[in-house]
Amino acid sequence: MTPLGGYLLVAALMFAIGLAGALVRRNAIMVLIGIELMLNSANLNFIAFWRYGPHPEALTGMMFAIFSIAVAAAEAAVGLGLVIAIYRHTHTTELDKINRMKG
Amino acid sequence: MTLIQEVSSFTPQTTASAITGILWLIPALPIVASGCIALMKQSRRQAAATLSISSLCVSLLLSIAAFSHVLSGWLAGNAVRESLNFTWIRFGSSAVDLGWVLDPLSAVMLVMVSLVGLLIFIYSTGYMAHDENFTRFFCFLSLFAGAMLGVVISNSILLLFMCWELVGLTSYLLIGFWYHKPSAAAAAKKAFLTTRVGDIFFLLGIVWLFAQTGTLLFYNHGAGSLEPLSLASLLTQHAALGLSAAGAIGLLIFAGAAGKSGQLPLHVWLPDAMEGPTPVSALIHAATMVAAGVYLIARVYPLMQAGALTGGVTTSLTVVTWVGASTAVFAALIAVAQNDIKRILAYSTVSQLGYMMAGLGMGGVAVGIFHLITHAFFKALLFMGAGSVIHGCHEEQDIRHMGGLKSYMPLTFATYGIGMLALCGVPIFFSGFWSKDAILESAHGWSISHAPYYMLVFGAVLTAFYMTRQVSYVFFGQWRGHGHAHESPRVMTTPLAILAFFAVTLGAIGTPAWPWFRAFLDNRASEVDLHAFAEPAWLMLLLTSCIIVIVGIGLGWALYGNKSPDPDAPDTLQAAIPHVWVVLQNKFYVDELYGVTVIAFYAWWARVADWFDRRVWGGAVAAVTWLFGLFAQFNRFFDADIVDGTFDKGCEEISTSGGLLASIQSGAVQNYLRILALAVVALVLILFWSSRP
Repeated sequence: MTPLGGYLLVAALMFAIGLAGALVRRNAIMVLIGIELMLNSANLNFIAFWRYGPHPEALTGMMFAIFSIAVAAAEAAVGLGLVIAIYRHTHTTELDKINRMKG
Repeated sequence: MTLIQEVSSFTPQTTASAITGILWLIPALPIVASGCIALMKQSRRQAAATLSISSLCVSLLLSIAAFSHVLSGWLAGNAVRESLNFTWIRFGSSAVDLGWVLDPLSAVMLVMVSLVGLLIFIYSTGYMAHDENFTRFFCFLSLFAGAMLGVVISNSILLLFMCWELVGLTSYLLIGFWYHKPSAAAAAKKAFLTTRVGDIFFLLGIVWLFAQTGTLLFYNHGAGSLEPLSLASLLTQHAALGLSAAGAIGLLIFAGAAGKSGQLPLHVWLPDAMEGPTPVSALIHAATMVAAGVYLIARVYPLMQAGALTGGVTTSLTVVTWVGASTAVFAALIAVAQNDIKRILAYSTVSQLGYMMAGLGMGGVAVGIFHLITHAFFKALLFMGAGSVIHGCHEEQDIRHMGGLKSYMPLTFATYGIGMLALCGVPIFFSGFWSKDAILESAHGWSISHAPYYMLVFGAVLTAFYMTRQVSYVFFGQWRGHGHAHESPRVMTTPLAILAFFAVTLGAIGTPAWPWFRAFLDNRASEVDLHAFAEPAWLMLLLTSCIIVIVGIGLGWALYGNKSPDPDAPDTLQAAIPHVWVVLQNKFYVDELYGVTVIAFYAWWARVADWFDRRVWGGAVAAVTWLFGLFAQFNRFFDADIVDGTFDKGCEEISTSGGLLASIQSGAVQNYLRILALAVVALVLILFWSSRP
């Protein structure tokens, strides 16, 4: 069976990739995708720690992951809604151009 | 004749008569007049003179009433010594009592002071007629008269001292009346300071007396300080050098009297006091104020005499005698070599005051006071005559620049001549003879030593000599002055005539045949005893007096009579005995001696004090100032640089860092995210780091 470190490594890589995407991409949609990646890496960690934790028979890790996915779905919906609203307002999804979020 | 004074048997008075009740009016009237004049405008000359003369007139009438009350009491055989006392201030169990007394001594003095004062007031209206400060002059003169009358009637040594100081003040004011003259201002200061030396001792005596007897009153129905009870307790107290407290207090009081009466060694102020207007010299520095010292000794005579063993001699009276006799000779010697008409009279006054003191010391109250009274009249006469001469010679005071005035000023000459003969003591006809005779008589019988007698005889010869010299210079020979001499107005010569009358007749009250003045003061009955004139002792004395007068006047006339010496040539006597003359003319160098001793010491002491003040105290103050300055500097630095600086810096930093942080909030969302990521990385690193074992 694959050791815990493997899962954590994969999750960390996923998180790093997501973070890099969120930080460097200009398109708001791509940033949202990066954020989804980071969320899912966190879900992977939940599952991995649950499976290798002291009580694998209880379904706590699974339930957390499902909740997290649900919340992520809602969040993605909100995020996409916001992106569309911004686009309507400014006719762009380039985050460099949108710099009015201060004060 | 016995010279020892018997203890007077004054019957205690329980009720004061009406005249005693209003006795206070006598000094109060002139003082009130003086206050009113002080408020007047300078131009109200007539009103000022009228007010002061009329107030003194009323005082004189009251004095005569008081005198006649005492006289009638004496004639009826019961002695009058009425006092009226009241408490001025009460503190704790002790009280400061004031009061006045009417007895033969104060009654006689009251009449003398107010009569001589009144004549001099009248004379002043003529003498000061052209002075612009006429009003001020009468203000001071009235104040003086009031204060002097206050001295005379006071029954409390404190009240006496207050009036005494008031008299000193007016003396100062009047000597310096022409204050624009530097010499007058200096003389006033000198008089004030010199008498102050004596007054310090006087005050000490008062305090001591009060401490010992617990009362300030002289006579208080047996409880006063001069009454037997207090005197007995004073005698049991012992002061230093074998003196009883009574003797020591007596000496202290005599020091005060010596200051006021110009006795050695405090006589230096009196000749300089002649800088004042001549009526002032006559009233204050010849007739009354300088006699206050003699009067004081007479007033406290029971104290001076307390504890006398035999012959009425006590230590304090011995001191009084010796000081008086020395002063009499000393001042008479100086008077021989003076050229200022008033200065000669001033030294003569000092000398005659010495006679009075010696008379008090050896013969008792009556002898001293008799000379005081006669001297007051003839010396006031001489001074006012001198004033008349000065007035007539256009303010010339140097006798060498006068001469031949007997034909220009006949009235002045006649009256001055009478005064001069009275002062010389020409036998029988002049009052000065009788009073001086009484002093010589008591000196002759003094039990301790005969030296004072010979000193006084020598002084009398000198007196006759210098007066003859002065009169020959002024009235005989030819006129050597400038301008034209003229006789003085009637207002000035009339008082002269009145005084001349008294200078002749006053002797009648104290002749050996009918010594009622002495009897009156001592409270004994007097009877006319013409056989006294035939007593060999008295005849001897008469002979001595004749010889004194003949030698003195003869010598003076031989040297100066009817000559008209050149004002610039040396004096006849100077040519004969130049070395002695120089010493005499320079007044035995007493002023110079004081200059190099007392005054030099004070100047040195003042310099030391000044140095101490500047360097030590000034330095200390400067050091403290500097220290506080330093502290203030530090405080300023602390406040401005540290407290304010820190606060300012803090504000600046907050504002700078605020600006720095504000630049982070750029609005670029991804920047926020980057910072968040970096923060997470940092957090992870910190957690990782801190969780290491």
